[in-house]
Amino acid sequence: MKIADDVPSALSALDRPNSYIGRSVPRPNLARLTQGRAQYVSDVTLPRMAHVAFVRSPYAHARIKAIDTAAAKKAPGVIAVVTGAELAQVITPWVGVLTHLKGIKSAPQHAIAVERACWQGEAVCAVVAKSRAEAEDACELVAVDYEELTPVTDPEIALDPGTPVIHASLGDNLTFERKHEAGEVDRAFKEADAIVETTFRFGRHTGVTNEPRAIVADWNPGEARLTVYQGTQAPHMMQNLFAKHLGLEEHQVRVLTKDVGGSFGIKVHTYADEMATVALAKLLRRPVKFVADRIESFVTDIHARDHRIHAKIGVKRDGTITAFEIDDLTGIGPYSVYPRTSGIEANQVVNLVGGPYNCPNYRARARVVFQNKNVMCQYRAVGHPIATSVTENLVEMAAAAIGMDPVEIRRRNLFPDDGYPCASAAGLKFEKLSHHAALDKIIEMMGYDALRAEQARLRGQGIHRGIGFASFIEVTNPSAAFYGVGGARISSQDGATVRLDATGAIFCATGVTEQGQGAEAVVAQCVATAFGVPIEKVRVITGDTDNVPYGGGTWASRAAGIGGEAAWQAGKALRQNVLAVAGSILQADAKALDIRNGAVVDADTGRERLGLDEVARIAYFRPDTLPPGFQAELLATRHYVPRAWPFAFTNGIQASWLEVDTDSGFIRLLKHWCVEDCGTVINPQLVDEQVRGGVVQGIGAALLEHCVYDARGQLLNGNMADYLVPMAAEMPDIEVGHVVSPTTDSELGAKGAGEAGTAGAPGCVVNAVNDALRPLGAKTITEIPMTPDVVLRALGRI
Amino acid sequence: MTDRFHDIALTVNGEPVRERVDARRTLVDFLREDLDLTGSHVGCEHGVCGACTVRLDGAIVRGCLTLAVQCDGATVETIEGVADSGAIADLREAFERRNALQCGFCTPGMLLTAQALLARGGVPSRDEIRAHLSGNYCRCTGYHAIVDAVEAVAQARAGQVK
Repeated sequence: MKIADDVPSALSALDRPNSYIGRSVPRPNLARLTQGRAQYVSDVTLPRMAHVAFVRSPYAHARIKAIDTAAAKKAPGVIAVVTGAELAQVITPWVGVLTHLKGIKSAPQHAIAVERACWQGEAVCAVVAKSRAEAEDACELVAVDYEELTPVTDPEIALDPGTPVIHASLGDNLTFERKHEAGEVDRAFKEADAIVETTFRFGRHTGVTNEPRAIVADWNPGEARLTVYQGTQAPHMMQNLFAKHLGLEEHQVRVLTKDVGGSFGIKVHTYADEMATVALAKLLRRPVKFVADRIESFVTDIHARDHRIHAKIGVKRDGTITAFEIDDLTGIGPYSVYPRTSGIEANQVVNLVGGPYNCPNYRARARVVFQNKNVMCQYRAVGHPIATSVTENLVEMAAAAIGMDPVEIRRRNLFPDDGYPCASAAGLKFEKLSHHAALDKIIEMMGYDALRAEQARLRGQGIHRGIGFASFIEVTNPSAAFYGVGGARISSQDGATVRLDATGAIFCATGVTEQGQGAEAVVAQCVATAFGVPIEKVRVITGDTDNVPYGGGTWASRAAGIGGEAAWQAGKALRQNVLAVAGSILQADAKALDIRNGAVVDADTGRERLGLDEVARIAYFRPDTLPPGFQAELLATRHYVPRAWPFAFTNGIQASWLEVDTDSGFIRLLKHWCVEDCGTVINPQLVDEQVRGGVVQGIGAALLEHCVYDARGQLLNGNMADYLVPMAAEMPDIEVGHVVSPTTDSELGAKGAGEAGTAGAPGCVVNAVNDALRPLGAKTITEIPMTPDVVLRALGRI
Repeated sequence: MTDRFHDIALTVNGEPVRERVDARRTLVDFLREDLDLTGSHVGCEHGVCGACTVRLDGAIVRGCLTLAVQCDGATVETIEGVADSGAIADLREAFERRNALQCGFCTPGMLLTAQALLARGGVPSRDEIRAHLSGNYCRCTGYHAIVDAVEAVAQARAGQVK
């Protein structure tokens, strides 16, 4: 079995005796998950809890002329039937804009549609009943009189003068536009020996969390407090938004996040039906539960990646890339999603295209438009898969145009490893990346030359295999530059509180949240190492706005790099506090003492002086024996936010080895590699598994996943039988390697690792397919998902 | 409307259960909502994702495609019962050590499905493991770690400890 060896790391500057940094220690919370004893929000029940189901618009765009709720109100088990206009008395609408995305605009969005439904699936009426089944039965009895309006579905015509404007008050269907120009683009293209120009199309897809979105809201008028159990990535952000839109103070709202059945960015946004559930609890003065069913998930969970990009690259015969140019158009549904906005993905595309390459000439335009489809917003690796695909597909097309090996063109253009710090043409600042070391490592891991030889040999037998690469960069550990500066109350800092309990164990409350990625384990490793106890002695608490330090939660690959650093600092601070107590007890200089393996020891010799249980016993139960004026402080809190760099960029490269059946168009993935540089690796196994899971989500985008809409804005495949996701049989084994370039912004030096897999996989798989098909004279594929018909069309077979 | 409701008697995790159920009640909803056995999960409600996998008279079934009334007289085992029995202790431990689960939502179904393969004996190939698990959706792991864990348990049970 390839279970990683848990071998203590060699000593480094970070090292403390018995360090857990760099070790594959198992996550502390797994047994409850393997025993069926977890508690997901969908498992939560409360006394007097009611269930809500929603009547949803069957039209992409329709005026709501009338809603007759009389029959539904009489149905068995029904507690209330509430329309959008009625609920608007309880909860105010919101607008998803940020001030640093200059010019972004959106319209007020209500918890339940008032007057107009703007996408198929938008809730128009709520039915609350004793059971979900009874609520759904009664939904059938709600009669909504709709006047169907012309839907705007195609982004290409969204800005045409003849196209209806979805929100008249906004004047047009343009949500956001950004232009960027650096260097001398026109001259650079003139100096190129070859120019490749093409159009990329990225299929709209979605997160398909295994547990759908779930929320239980409990308004207790006796306490004037709202308690919300929510499967969310950002409890404090949601606390703020629930309070703001229900007219409450933040301290009146408690958000509790227990086990979360997958999030991937899906569960970090404001959803109208969840806001409605909270408002209904307040209106009805009792707990109300909403769990999206799978059909609802497909039409309401945020979608992502619906981009059309005209793109161009110039290259000289010696392989020098002279310029990149892109024109991105993306349709984001009828509203910019609150509070992170739906402008971020296109903004990231502009930021990230060309990012790994030392090419100063870059022109970009991105336009984000409204349309009558489900909303789009930030999903795992936001913008990265698109920017990486465009860049890496262009680079390999340019290599093919000048007859150069795809590895060689990268060697000649990737930012040199000894050239940092530096900035990209888009203005991104890089502290320290390792593109060339990563390239060298992946070539070695995959046995590149031997694979090329095998490819050639099999080609002679009519077997068409391809090798593709994708170098990438990834935004992690965001500072306030991401959201805070734009006015969103989304914390970029995070905190950890550690406390010595009365028997010598450690309690740690952290603002980051556990979504299955292993944040609890990483936080425990940091605390155990910094403080000096066996990891079994550390209990980590997450996801409770009443009881954890204020923080941002889990998104943008920030939990380990930011939450881990806060935990590390808090552990160190508590060690000093505890040593002060021990020094006082022992009549010794605290500086000559240390805490190792759960005991106070002499720092020089390691000789045990005092158990932590004894320190705690004296401090808590016999403080009268401590010197006069001495107060033991056995709790410490520290916060951390990156300050030196707006983002901790990571880098890496992926490679794909696959076979294309030229008769059926089927693609068989044979092997996948990823080399990743996320700085200090706190837990190698968890990092590798983040990469593997991320790669497979990217492969899903490349080959399978697509929210298919018709021209009227109807989602045609909104179920798991028709919307294909990666399953075990089609996925390859994935080898992961590392280069380590720590960030100096924190003591730990850890950068994020949660999204790199997803960022690089689609572009890499597309390159491999084109590599397989190129000798057959096929057209270069520039659209995903690469379904069999896409492959066969490229081959001219259909 | 009275014929909508049925009295059923069955054994769940070794305990006798008598309940009156709506004819449309699925087995997984019955387990979760009537018996509070929330280890079986509802992911897609149409038989694709496998999160609701339970054992019915010894064979794994989809709890969302099985009606509670069909289980009258039957023996049902859920992850809670199978875990408590110790029958998959090695498999659970391998999943935990290999981090073959992240959010854990698919895990009960994945464990029961893997155990059905392992119970046949022998050491299946990685491709055979992948094929056997291909009806259980995991969004987090990318499957590689799950295949590793199942392979390791198969080897260990066959005495081929690596």
